[in-house]
Amino acid sequence: MKLAYWMYAGPAHIGTLRVASSFKNVHAIMHAPLGDDYFNVMRSMLERERDFTPVTTSIVDRHVLARGSQEKVVENITRKDKEDQPDLILLTPTCTSSILQEDLQNFVNRAALEAKSDVLLADVNHYRVNELQAADRTLEQIVRFYIEKAKKQNILSTTKTAKPSANILGMFTLGFHNQHDCRELKNLLNDLGIEVNAVIPEGGSVLDLKNLTRAWFNIVPYREVGLMSAVYLEKEYQMPYVDITPMGIVQTEAFIRQISKVLNSLDKENNYQFDSYIDQQTRFVSQAAWFARSIDCQNLTGKKAVVFGDATHSVAMTKILVREMGIRVACAGTYCQHDADWFREQVWGFCDEVLITDDHTQVGDMIARVEPSAIFGTQMERHVGKRLDIPCGVISAPVHIQNFPLGYRPFLGYEGTNQIADLVYNSFTLGMEDHLLEIFGGHDSKEVITKSLSTDSELNWTSDAIAELNKIPGFVRGKIKRNTEKYARQNNINNISVEVMYAAKESAGA
Amino acid sequence: MTILENESLKFECETGNYHTFCPISCVSWLYQKIEDSFFLVIGTKTCGYFLQNALGVMIFAEPRYAMAELEEADISAQLNDYKELKRLCLQIKQDRNPSVIVWIGTCTTEIIKMDLEGMAPRIEAEIGIPIVVARANGLDYAFTQGEDTVLAAMANRCPEKSSVNSLLKENSANPVIENNSLSNTNSDSEGFSSINKNSLATKKPSKPSLVLFGSLPSTVVSVLTLELNKQGIQVDGWLPSQRYTDLPALGEDVYVCGVNPFLSRTAMTLMRRKKCKLITAPFPIGPDGTRAWVEKICKVFDIVPKGLEEREAKIWQSLEEYLPLVRGKSVFFMGDNLLEISLARFLTRCGMIVYECGVPYLDKRYQAAEIQLLEKTCLEMNVPMPRIVEKPDNYYQVQRIRELQPDLVITGMALSNPLEARGISTKWSVEFTFAQIHGFSNSKDVLELVTRPLRRNMIQQFTHKTLVKSDV
Repeated sequence: MKLAYWMYAGPAHIGTLRVASSFKNVHAIMHAPLGDDYFNVMRSMLERERDFTPVTTSIVDRHVLARGSQEKVVENITRKDKEDQPDLILLTPTCTSSILQEDLQNFVNRAALEAKSDVLLADVNHYRVNELQAADRTLEQIVRFYIEKAKKQNILSTTKTAKPSANILGMFTLGFHNQHDCRELKNLLNDLGIEVNAVIPEGGSVLDLKNLTRAWFNIVPYREVGLMSAVYLEKEYQMPYVDITPMGIVQTEAFIRQISKVLNSLDKENNYQFDSYIDQQTRFVSQAAWFARSIDCQNLTGKKAVVFGDATHSVAMTKILVREMGIRVACAGTYCQHDADWFREQVWGFCDEVLITDDHTQVGDMIARVEPSAIFGTQMERHVGKRLDIPCGVISAPVHIQNFPLGYRPFLGYEGTNQIADLVYNSFTLGMEDHLLEIFGGHDSKEVITKSLSTDSELNWTSDAIAELNKIPGFVRGKIKRNTEKYARQNNINNISVEVMYAAKESAGA
Repeated sequence: MTILENESLKFECETGNYHTFCPISCVSWLYQKIEDSFFLVIGTKTCGYFLQNALGVMIFAEPRYAMAELEEADISAQLNDYKELKRLCLQIKQDRNPSVIVWIGTCTTEIIKMDLEGMAPRIEAEIGIPIVVARANGLDYAFTQGEDTVLAAMANRCPEKSSVNSLLKENSANPVIENNSLSNTNSDSEGFSSINKNSLATKKPSKPSLVLFGSLPSTVVSVLTLELNKQGIQVDGWLPSQRYTDLPALGEDVYVCGVNPFLSRTAMTLMRRKKCKLITAPFPIGPDGTRAWVEKICKVFDIVPKGLEEREAKIWQSLEEYLPLVRGKSVFFMGDNLLEISLARFLTRCGMIVYECGVPYLDKRYQAAEIQLLEKTCLEMNVPMPRIVEKPDNYYQVQRIRELQPDLVITGMALSNPLEARGISTKWSVEFTFAQIHGFSNSKDVLELVTRPLRRNMIQQFTHKTLVKSDV
């Protein structure tokens, strides 16, 4: 048992449902108790979805405990088959129902006899994988099922498209800015003269999966979802894939160069060269490269930041901050513990320390200890930042409704670099404002709050010390207070006077 | 579809394929209500993710609740659940030092048959903190019923009220039956304002005490308490109290009355285990409900209520700015929080027509007075009786909504946006659970919620384009 207050990645079935409900005309039936269908709430509220979420529950109640599901699951599947006529019904177990160890595969087989739609059982272990791993697995399962089915029926499209083309794998519902990223990637590929053969799962039809193999290659923009499908397609159908995340100027360039390499290896006759395109985009479409040179960005040099999020975004953000903006990343971290090795390898040399955990208190304590000027993290880090009075830019799921903006906000591609530059710049206190605050002693007369997460204030500040503290500019006041208190604790001082403050300052060597 | 026009309410039951919150959500308001408590939900990631997502930002305020997240080794019994729970409870004691730890059993603990009730007393003795066990799981209950299971468990921890004397005991034997909801002899049709001298009123040697049950924000607690004080009735305690250490004393000469419609288990426990006498009244939601509630309590205590009629009339007057908006409008409750019957009754009195009243579970004995008042209200307002659908099926309900085209659908968040996209105005039902809706003065808040989509429609009418798809 584990004491837990908050989690970064959800349970496995959420990942499965996200993939299933991203496809068009696919219905998921959860084998779950009443109340486990809150996925519908998340989708309807966060994505502001206009259609009914195609997820229903075959309810596990007392009768099911006593006698087993018997006909119930089969009836629910065949009923949904008649009501909505989906192409695919995906039976999804939950943590609760998987303990019952009912033979769900048997239900699926029986229902498949009667139903017009295909019926599948989501194959995920709820106690071993999280939301993201389950999503990856489910996507691969569906892709494999339809490709093998097409192969059996001899309708698998094996001839490649005339012009170069690609599949984009891993865009799906409730993903962090996925819709915008998808549009940006399509634009980018269009600019390169590459057709988009299919985008899955978002908005795709399972009946079109047989055409996946028509594409020349696959693109996996996010590390978390789509990689398994890409590996499967490479192994079985020799389709190469590009798994570089085009986030940031350097990475986007690497992404495009990788594509040209893939294209040149597939097509010996033409020479695919994108150098002038990269140059053009980097210098004139993306403002980020110029921004990094501009005088404003100079003020960011060497400022300390902390990065935390899923593996894809945390890695990309760390590299952008360091390589493209000259910011020091004191700590980069991820909650994707299953992918820790890849993460460490990627951020090696870019940050002072690496934190791999799914415990938000560890992340909070790390931030309190490091005291960065800005945080780039998830919604959880945003709240830690609020408490500690440190600005935070949200770069990764888990997210709130405000991370589903209506306006165009990609993180990928050249427009993405502009968005990220804005996000970074706006997160730090503006340069000149920062400078003026220092000269004129700040403009806020707020109460001092301590920068420690565990606020135990048995220390007593004398009135003249408080007055002295208030003279210190607002944005460093918390830090001074914390350092003074730390010093006082170390030296067993209970009353903090002005003398103690200066003694603390001296001992800190500042 | 024709609307039912018979003389009494019709009850139906569907498949139970409906959307509602898991009952463990009760921790979100109960930990705030009971200040010195700590809620430990013993379940899986699925439960945790639900709490985190359903409760939104509250999670960031260092809540006094946590998940005891079961891992694979717990499920397969490789770990000793007794030791594990003790370890976690010791940690909680050390970090927070609560006056009570409430264990919330979930579906998973039911399925693996974890003996929470058996382990709690042993761990309680070892760590020195009371442990209350409530099985608020999705196998058995819906949404607000979670509170019911917690309060029922807590009722057993209320101190015993010492009986006064044997003579009194003999006398009180009758009233137990008289006011027991099971007997249902207190007919409400005789009119509340008339003076009723029934048997229990005649010879009462000492003043019996009154305890109210149901978790309400402290301001609402004061409002309802004051309302009864005005009639000369002393409220001797609330279940739950602000602090666990202040739980009210219960015993044979204690009258109890519920303030919420979903507390039937608690009512049952108070009657059967604590030998209290239950006052079955409509619930104090809306001015009509509040008046009926106060009157019923007055009647039991043999008090002629003073000034209630005028007070109700005055409240109705203050609602006059909202009433024209709702009069003649139709409403459809999809059903998910058990407040539906009371709200339907209030809205009918406001002049609305209730097409359908979905409800997860209906205890016809506990809600008897409320059901009667709903029937009476429909007759008096001369509107058709709503069809009451227990364990509704959301899919069928959407078909009915499509045919009926009600002016307002009160539904959960999973269905709100899709319905709005089809031109149906909706109101989230959960808001009624979290808003203050009890007592005379809060009637306005209920109508504020109900009329919000209607007012929005009126404002948006001034644009000439319809902004939604027309097909439902």
